[in-house]
Amino acid sequence: MWSRIYALLIKEFLNLLKDKKSRFVLIGPPIFQLFVFGYAATYDLNQVPIAIYNEDTSIASRDLIAKFNGTPTFKEVLRISYHEQIAPALDNKDVLMVVHIGQHFSRDLLLAQHPAKVQILLDGRNSNTAQIALGYAQTVLSDFNIQWAKQHKLSLPPAKLEVRAWFNPNLESRWFIVPGIVGLLTLVVTVIVTALSVAREREQGTFDQLLVTPLSPLEILIGKAIPGLVIGVIESSFIILMAVLWFKVPLVGSLVPLYIGIILFVFAVIGIGLMISSLAVTQQQGLLGAFLFIVPAVILSGYATPIANMPPLVQDLTLINPLRYFLIILRGVFLEGLSVSQLLDQYWPMLLIGILNLGMAGWLFRRRMY
Amino acid sequence: MSHSSAEAIFALELQAVNKQFSSGSRSVNALRSVSLTIDKGAVVGLVGPDGAGKTTLLRLTAGLLLPDTGTITVFGHNCTDQLADVHRLIGYMPQRFGLYEDLSVAENLKLYADLHGVSHSVREQRFQALMSMTGLAAFTERLAGQLSGGMKQKLGLACTLLSQPALLLLDEPSVGVDPVSRRELWSIIEHQVKANDMTVLLSTAYLDEAERCSDVILLDEGHILAHNSPAAFKQSMQGQSYRLSSPSLSNRNLQNKLSGQSDVIDAVIQGDKVRVISANKDLATLPLFNAEFEGIRIEATAPRLEDAFIALLRAQHPLTATQAISPNVKTTTVINDATVIKVEGVDRWFGNFQAVKKLNFSVNRGEIFGLLGANGAGKTTTFRMLCGLLPVSNGQLSVAGVDLSKAAAKARARIGYMSQKFSLYEHLSVLQNLNFFSSAYGLRNAQRKNRIQWALQQFELEAEKNTNSGDLPLGYKQRLAMACALMHEPEILFLDEPTSGVDPLARREFWNRTNQLAASGVTVLVTTHFMEEAEYCDRLLIMREGDILTSGTPAEIKQQVRSVDLPEPTMEDAFIQLVEAKIS
Repeated sequence: MWSRIYALLIKEFLNLLKDKKSRFVLIGPPIFQLFVFGYAATYDLNQVPIAIYNEDTSIASRDLIAKFNGTPTFKEVLRISYHEQIAPALDNKDVLMVVHIGQHFSRDLLLAQHPAKVQILLDGRNSNTAQIALGYAQTVLSDFNIQWAKQHKLSLPPAKLEVRAWFNPNLESRWFIVPGIVGLLTLVVTVIVTALSVAREREQGTFDQLLVTPLSPLEILIGKAIPGLVIGVIESSFIILMAVLWFKVPLVGSLVPLYIGIILFVFAVIGIGLMISSLAVTQQQGLLGAFLFIVPAVILSGYATPIANMPPLVQDLTLINPLRYFLIILRGVFLEGLSVSQLLDQYWPMLLIGILNLGMAGWLFRRRMY
Repeated sequence: MSHSSAEAIFALELQAVNKQFSSGSRSVNALRSVSLTIDKGAVVGLVGPDGAGKTTLLRLTAGLLLPDTGTITVFGHNCTDQLADVHRLIGYMPQRFGLYEDLSVAENLKLYADLHGVSHSVREQRFQALMSMTGLAAFTERLAGQLSGGMKQKLGLACTLLSQPALLLLDEPSVGVDPVSRRELWSIIEHQVKANDMTVLLSTAYLDEAERCSDVILLDEGHILAHNSPAAFKQSMQGQSYRLSSPSLSNRNLQNKLSGQSDVIDAVIQGDKVRVISANKDLATLPLFNAEFEGIRIEATAPRLEDAFIALLRAQHPLTATQAISPNVKTTTVINDATVIKVEGVDRWFGNFQAVKKLNFSVNRGEIFGLLGANGAGKTTTFRMLCGLLPVSNGQLSVAGVDLSKAAAKARARIGYMSQKFSLYEHLSVLQNLNFFSSAYGLRNAQRKNRIQWALQQFELEAEKNTNSGDLPLGYKQRLAMACALMHEPEILFLDEPTSGVDPLARREFWNRTNQLAASGVTVLVTTHFMEEAEYCDRLLIMREGDILTSGTPAEIKQQVRSVDLPEPTMEDAFIQLVEAKIS
């Protein structure tokens, strides 16, 4: 039995690696996506274009403006000199935010009877970005307050937040996103490789040729599953290497809990790929089926939006998604340094999903042989 | 436009056309200074071995490729710079016509009418004429994907004829089409030539089909080897065609013996005789007829077009010595009358459609058994059930003494299967394919090495062993597919349309090997649309609508249709008459 499976494996790898197109699928898109996601997908705001409308020409207002320009977050692209300019600047998305310093700003500051007001006008069309920009603006203003109070010997604000972000001290979103990409790309490559494997043979007519050999369906299934496992593990190892060496994401934990997670995850995903493969008659159907699975799996994984924010029913649905567990393992090992025993709760659901999926795939395989 | 076409003398003229293809480091001269002219209203057949340049010539004429050098003119329009005019004049049907399988027959027609800009005023009338001519009128609402192979080809032809082209280009229109549908295709073509004054250029692997043409062009390796009328081709072979039979030797043995002789260009089995092409005019005086061939009966026969082609091609590609060596299959197998395939009351349902109805037959060891039938007669279904690729709905099926429903894997280890697609792993080299299939059949170590060596040598694949199988010429693919199916020395060999689209030379080579296998005790089950090939079988089974229409030896089947009008029916005559008799 094993010599036949071994022959199948050799054939499977040769078929994958000698074909220019399938070789490209294994190497090209993952590298491209790694760089696109690694660089482009970030929650951090940098160089947000802002406009400044300063009606109070004093040292205080110039100090405040200097503070806005001094952070890398904001970039003044427009100086507004009369009221009518505000609306078009926001409408045309020239700026995300307008900082309006009124005529009485320095007077109120110096008299210290009313709070001196600074108006912020935000483009709220993308609420997420607007929120983040507002947060940064508030930080700038509170810095200004403290500095002003110290300079003028005023009493400092009664209470102040002292923030320390654990695991990611500078709150760099890349540290959060890049480990997620390991899961995402491993998912995509493994599902596609396995989903196309049988469909390709059906299309070329070689599947019939396989079926008339003494190979049993189980042997064919194993022969199709192992290449997926090997390729999935190599793919994720490569991306982990890139995450650490290129994107400089710290790998705090050890490799053992990480690789247990990788193998279990790939195992679970192969079952899905083979199920798609046993149903698809052509490669096109296989590819469509793969994406029908991949897209919801990514959205319901916590890769981009936290699972805790989802409606309760959808949260329950994520429990059958292997990527959900794998992302927790990846982020846990990368940033927190979690150990095997701390991750057991993530391991066993993936193992269960994997066994069920492969069982289903085997059943479908037998049924769809003909 | 009409002005210049009135002036043009020829429908098609090629002057010193060269075309080269290169893929990677290899380059192929598909056409080498080809010059030819085709008269208006002619039906010209393009024949030649695989890779001779037939498809390239058709595609160049259709304006889908540009020649490297030389000029091509269609009714006086140059194919290089007057492409739009040329496109209006021609209709081109490629090997796989692009029918939209999820559209109905009527929708496909409408789509092609739109694509060719057929005006609405004439459309309905043409649809009706074409539908009744092709016999598809009853199926206009059926999806194209659900038509049989023959019907698909007829629909493809109808779509090509919609624009009433002046020059019709057909690339192997009858590959995979049964003889009845093939005859119908030809009557459509002939009707178009007469009614609409159409000129036709078509390529074909069937030489009996080429005999219906007014002119035949034989291409070989990009050259025109001969261009003449079928009658002239046959005339050139006058007195060189004979039919032989021997009281002491079986046909297959007689053919084997004759094939080795130096003055024999070709020897094939034809019914109960062996047809021989002699290099000499006087066969009977040749020294080969010594004591060994005692009692042999020789009769002269009228030459066929095929005889001329084989003679011409053999002069270019002499038979090499190794091709005659027998593939040594298990010699331990005893040749006896034991039944190796037994089919008892086998049914197969697809939903509520009964594809195969209560089939009963058996095949004996060492027989070549032919399974014939029109497209959709249920022979593919039967075949797949016998190979264990499809379970039976009811009934008993035993192959090599093993009940397929109980021990399919055990039975599979004893059969070899070769499909019409020559299913090989395209990206794997010849050697890698052999390696894989030998291991899949459980061969190991020395035995595996020996069989691979045997395959490389017997099928002359040694020189190509590192070529990817996808890059091989069709004839080589066929050889490799057969080698893969024989790795484990099977007792039974299943061949599903093994010579579909393969040229006459490769076909002969293939049947040589098959005959030798049968002689060594291997049972061969074969499906084919080539009726001459049916003559090579020991016994035949003709299926119709899932039922057995008739069975028996080729001679018995031909006997059934023998009449005063048809004293010497061919297998094709017999097939068509029998199938049509049941319809009416």
